[in-house]
Amino acid sequence: MAKSSLIKCFFIEIGELTYFALRFFRELFSKPFEFKALIRQCYSIGNKSLLLVSVTGFIIGLVITLQTRPTLEEFGAESWMPSMVSISIIREIGPVIIALTFAGRIASGIGAELGSMRVTEQIDAMEVSGTNPFKFLVVTRVLAATLTLPILVIFGDAIALYGSYLVENIKGDVSFQLYFNKVFNSIAFGDIIPATIKTFFFGFAIGLVGCYKGYYCEKGTVGVGAAANSAVVFSSMLLFVLDFIAVFITDLFFEI
Amino acid sequence: MTIIENIQKKLILKIKDLRKSFGDNHVLNGFNLELFEGENLVIMGKSGSGKSVMIKCLVGLMEPDSGSIHVMGKNLLNLNQLELDALRTNIGFLFQGSALYDSMTVRENLEFPLRRHKNKFGNLKDTTPLVEETLNSVGLLKAIDLMPSQLSGGMKRRIALARTLILKPKIILYDEPTSGLDPITSKEIIELMRHVQKQYKTSSLIITHDVDCARVISERMILLVDGINYAEGSFKELEASEDDKIRAFFK
Repeated sequence: MAKSSLIKCFFIEIGELTYFALRFFRELFSKPFEFKALIRQCYSIGNKSLLLVSVTGFIIGLVITLQTRPTLEEFGAESWMPSMVSISIIREIGPVIIALTFAGRIASGIGAELGSMRVTEQIDAMEVSGTNPFKFLVVTRVLAATLTLPILVIFGDAIALYGSYLVENIKGDVSFQLYFNKVFNSIAFGDIIPATIKTFFFGFAIGLVGCYKGYYCEKGTVGVGAAANSAVVFSSMLLFVLDFIAVFITDLFFEI
Repeated sequence: MTIIENIQKKLILKIKDLRKSFGDNHVLNGFNLELFEGENLVIMGKSGSGKSVMIKCLVGLMEPDSGSIHVMGKNLLNLNQLELDALRTNIGFLFQGSALYDSMTVRENLEFPLRRHKNKFGNLKDTTPLVEETLNSVGLLKAIDLMPSQLSGGMKRRIALARTLILKPKIILYDEPTSGLDPITSKEIIELMRHVQKQYKTSSLIITHDVDCARVISERMILLVDGINYAEGSFKELEASEDDKIRAFFK
């Protein structure tokens, strides 16, 4: 494909995704509300990702501490370890890595599920039965992803800090109380609040892209695979763009 | 059905000069159709002749380029979303691949259309009796708690028909109701369609390639060639035609 045509496709995709997002907001505030389906999706999305987030968070904590410790030791600054790890995990590494893991798990799952429903005419069947499939399938999933990711990130951050404490405990004989005292002394609301707010946007982007790719899936089973794949790629890319914007805005309002 | 009988019956669906193109591909080129109350009308056509496009236009899944579609006196193309959804409760659609919601049980599949349209049954509180009655009418009450993946092709088609019937539609659109089924199951489905029509007093528009299905069920037939009505008449009339294009359908 020619370069100009690729650029054109990219902007068409952005335009369609924006229209899809606007439709989401329009449907979100119109009756009837699908509370039961939303609760089911929150449970399904949160539950599906819990183990993955736990393992990811734990390994992040272990690895950061193991990699950083020798350098801090060299400067006799190992007592700064809890502060350094907690700030880096809470501000940046936790939200981004967990959101990427979530994107891999959830965006692909939603893309494949809705894509398969589209090619087997299940979405058409909902529409002809006089039910709004967008509200039932898309609004509930996007909202569930938006609401569950911040909870998962907080949970993942806590597990990561626990992983870091284990390394510190083994290598530096630091107690649980001392480690977490240092953690809580070093982090401020300016670290937690912007990081948590941006995870809502991450969750929204992941849910939206997954739904968009699946909802407009074409070309049969090949299209389902492509929808799942591009949902992960596109949402991961979008996460980094959103992260940059979030850091930029945070920099304006909080002293980093 | 004679012309006089048709005049006496109430017109329930009328398509006039329907046109639809995809780029340079002109799929429908002025298709016309009239369906009367209680009638079984079969539409036959080769693959790509515009049958599926026509049926999708008929339920508002696709917008035609021009023409008009009147269902029970209302112009489908002028309705807003709420009016369209209300009208759709009177049009049942049996999809070619059944299109059962595979994450839901058979019971939930049947309950799904009722979620928004309980008022059609006087604000129904308990849906179980209606679900059981409808499943009973397709002979599959025993499958009520099964998942679609546990059903055979014929059972899926029956459950899909039950889901279509649960809103008590006035018109049922069948998209290739016997495709992909073995001859015995096909006969069972055709019998079920006849039984359903008697029990629910519906009008049926059946799109099929299956000559046996058309022979048994049709009261009137339309042959769709290149997006227009090529021929119209009873099965016997069309079968006896000397026209090569018409004869090709019955070989």
